[in-house]
Amino acid sequence: MSDASSQNMGAFVRTEMLPEQAPPATQTGAIKWVRENLFSSVPNSVLTVLAIVSIYYILISSLPWLTNGVWNSASIRECREILEGATGGCFAVLTERWNQLLFGFKYPADQYWRPTVAFVLLFVAVAPVMFYKYLPRQLLVFTGLYPFLAYYLIWGGPVLSPIFGLLGFVAGYLVWSRFVASSFAVGFFGAIIAAMVTWTIGGYITGAMGTENTALSAVPSRDMGGFMLNLILGTVCVSLSLPLGIALALGRQSDMPIIKWVCVVFIEFVRGVPLITLLFVANVVLAYFLPPGTNFDLILRVIIMITMFSAAYIAEVIRGALAALPRGQYEAADSLGLDYPQAMRLIILPQALKISIPGIVNVAVGLFKDTTLVSVISMFDLVGMIRGPILASTEWNGVYWELFGAAAILFFVVCYGISQYSQWLERELATDHR
Amino acid sequence: MTTLTDPPTESFRLSMLLNDTRYRSYTFQFMALVALIAFFAYLGSNLVQNLRAAGLNISYEFLGEPAGYDINQRLVEYDSQSSHWRASVVGILNTLLVAFLACVSATVLGVAAGVLRLSNNWLVSKLMAIYVEAFRNVPVLIWIIIIFTVMTAVLPGPRAFRGDNAEASMVLDMFAFTNRGVYVPAPGFESGFFSGAGNWLVILASLIASFFVSRWNVKRADHIQEATGQRPNTLWAGLAIWFVPLIALCWIMGLTWEYPELKGFNFAGGWTIRGSLIALWFALAIYTGAFIAENVRAGIQAISKGQTEAAASLGLRPGRIMNLVILPQALRVIIPPLISQYLNITKNSSLAIAVGYMDITGTLGGITLNQTGRAIEAVLLLMLFYLVISLSISAVMNVYNNAVKLKER
Repeated sequence: MSDASSQNMGAFVRTEMLPEQAPPATQTGAIKWVRENLFSSVPNSVLTVLAIVSIYYILISSLPWLTNGVWNSASIRECREILEGATGGCFAVLTERWNQLLFGFKYPADQYWRPTVAFVLLFVAVAPVMFYKYLPRQLLVFTGLYPFLAYYLIWGGPVLSPIFGLLGFVAGYLVWSRFVASSFAVGFFGAIIAAMVTWTIGGYITGAMGTENTALSAVPSRDMGGFMLNLILGTVCVSLSLPLGIALALGRQSDMPIIKWVCVVFIEFVRGVPLITLLFVANVVLAYFLPPGTNFDLILRVIIMITMFSAAYIAEVIRGALAALPRGQYEAADSLGLDYPQAMRLIILPQALKISIPGIVNVAVGLFKDTTLVSVISMFDLVGMIRGPILASTEWNGVYWELFGAAAILFFVVCYGISQYSQWLERELATDHR
Repeated sequence: MTTLTDPPTESFRLSMLLNDTRYRSYTFQFMALVALIAFFAYLGSNLVQNLRAAGLNISYEFLGEPAGYDINQRLVEYDSQSSHWRASVVGILNTLLVAFLACVSATVLGVAAGVLRLSNNWLVSKLMAIYVEAFRNVPVLIWIIIIFTVMTAVLPGPRAFRGDNAEASMVLDMFAFTNRGVYVPAPGFESGFFSGAGNWLVILASLIASFFVSRWNVKRADHIQEATGQRPNTLWAGLAIWFVPLIALCWIMGLTWEYPELKGFNFAGGWTIRGSLIALWFALAIYTGAFIAENVRAGIQAISKGQTEAAASLGLRPGRIMNLVILPQALRVIIPPLISQYLNITKNSSLAIAVGYMDITGTLGGITLNQTGRAIEAVLLLMLFYLVISLSISAVMNVYNNAVKLKER
């Protein structure tokens, strides 16, 4: 019927909907995005143009340098001959001296596999801690073994010393778990005594066995260098400073005035002075305070001072977390009849450590960057290697950008990786629903 | 019927020292104190033995002896015959100088980068994110050395400025960028009231006076606004208060500029800013600026959007919303980490020793220590100096925090 009437009357009545028209070209796709995000207002447009111009100049000046780079030559003169006046980086220094940048210039070249294996195993060791939700807990056993394994791999020498080091901890742990149920103090001090006894006995036995016929030849500490030294200092000092930092934070929160003030003075003193002055102490002053005749490694002295330094900062992070816990948690622990060590171990610290993870990671990243300062007291870490043996050599005198760029990239990769992990962990640990 | 009586009075037994919580803390503290004293006594006896074995003693007399080394960047008079104490003072002033310069520029850079990172301009916010991540994740020592390399290895030597068609030329005939440092014009007074630094104190006094007068000016505008509802325009009066006395003083005292000139093999006249100072200043500013940018961003993001909307619904314009509502609240979040960044700058300025800038670490902890061999005394004084600076900055910070924190009941 509708057909007939429409024909008869000549009028037009639409029976079906028109298809939707596409939005105007300026409101869709790339054009809309550009208008909204780059040219939404006059100041924004100016900023965009400025940004594009500066990116253009940076690319124009750095791209030829990157793409024209020479990767194979024996010295900077050869590099320049190959380039014939054109712009280009002399990246050959990286290929030539890569091992020196990583391991320092004294570590025996045929033993490079040892720190490399230790470095790879480091990931295996920290994985169960970093991704504890997704990996079986049995892997933590390897994490516990790792410090001794890594020590043996990197320093070498008699295999008995790391084994006795481990045995000391095992003995301490056994004594602790035996006595902790009755009294924390007995367990704690008993563990320390048991470990000390084991180490003393082990020291005699290792001394009697002598240093001959070792599977891995001993490498003295002063031969460590390059990026390896930064990594060693960073991991060792952060892991050592965690327990020390927890103890300092608890001490600062304590009701006992003497213990509290000792901790406050220590923390404020260490936080008030630059790391360089502490390294000066390690380098020139600490020897005066040790018993006459003892000869501490420089690397060990530096580890002591950096550990103290980072412990003070970690203590402040943990103190913030302790203060942030609701008062009710402390009172709930008290009302359950838990004593101080139990309340701390079972109720307070698990929560406090969880909320202090981002802060601790920040301290760890900062500390890892600060390990470059050891180059000031003439240790040959990555920066020390570059400024010392490599730039001073006749072959590579003048190759600044390539070397410092490589150092910056190495540090960037590690630090950025750690901070990304920390952000991931923060999301993972967030128990509030937002 | 039983009555409540006093609890049985126990006599004190020795085991209560460990088992009674009333006394246990005394036992622990006593043990800790004894351990601490024993530890320090042990260190002290080692020190005495070691010093005797090496034939040394602890004495600060070396501070009065002539230093015998030169310092090329200095704020006060100093020559190689001056004492070690004088060298340390030069070093302290140099530390404060670079810390002050770096704090100011890091704040400017950090605030700009932090605000721009929140900009709705995609390109700019991404660029700022790259800046922040790139500089936060690389050690400041590497940045210092990179900029120092630019200053010393890339810039031309003074020799390049010589001749008719020289390879390098001065910028605006006033600034010379050479690998020995940057030469800038130095202001001076021809007919000053005093000779030397006194004229600068006159300028400083006039600036301080201007500060108080301009505050009075703003207060007066506030009073008029409260009384009548109309705010008088303070812009021109404010500018006049700052600039009229300054220009008048400069004119009376005859301000002249001494331009650097190439004489022989080097530039003479004007002020010299060494490459090491510039490297340290710029590196600290850019590095810490990245951290400050993050603090600023966090501070602005911490203010809930409702605040902006509430202010807008009251009819405030965007500029006033920022000034009167957002910033006062954001500053409460930003200032404490900002001041701890200033502390970091002061402490990181000790890295000067890596590029040879003569700050307190370079003079007292560097050359003086090496020349006299007085390691303990020099390092102790060095730590004391940084400790005093740090503690006084944190004291100021605590006063400020107490002043701005939310007053809660």
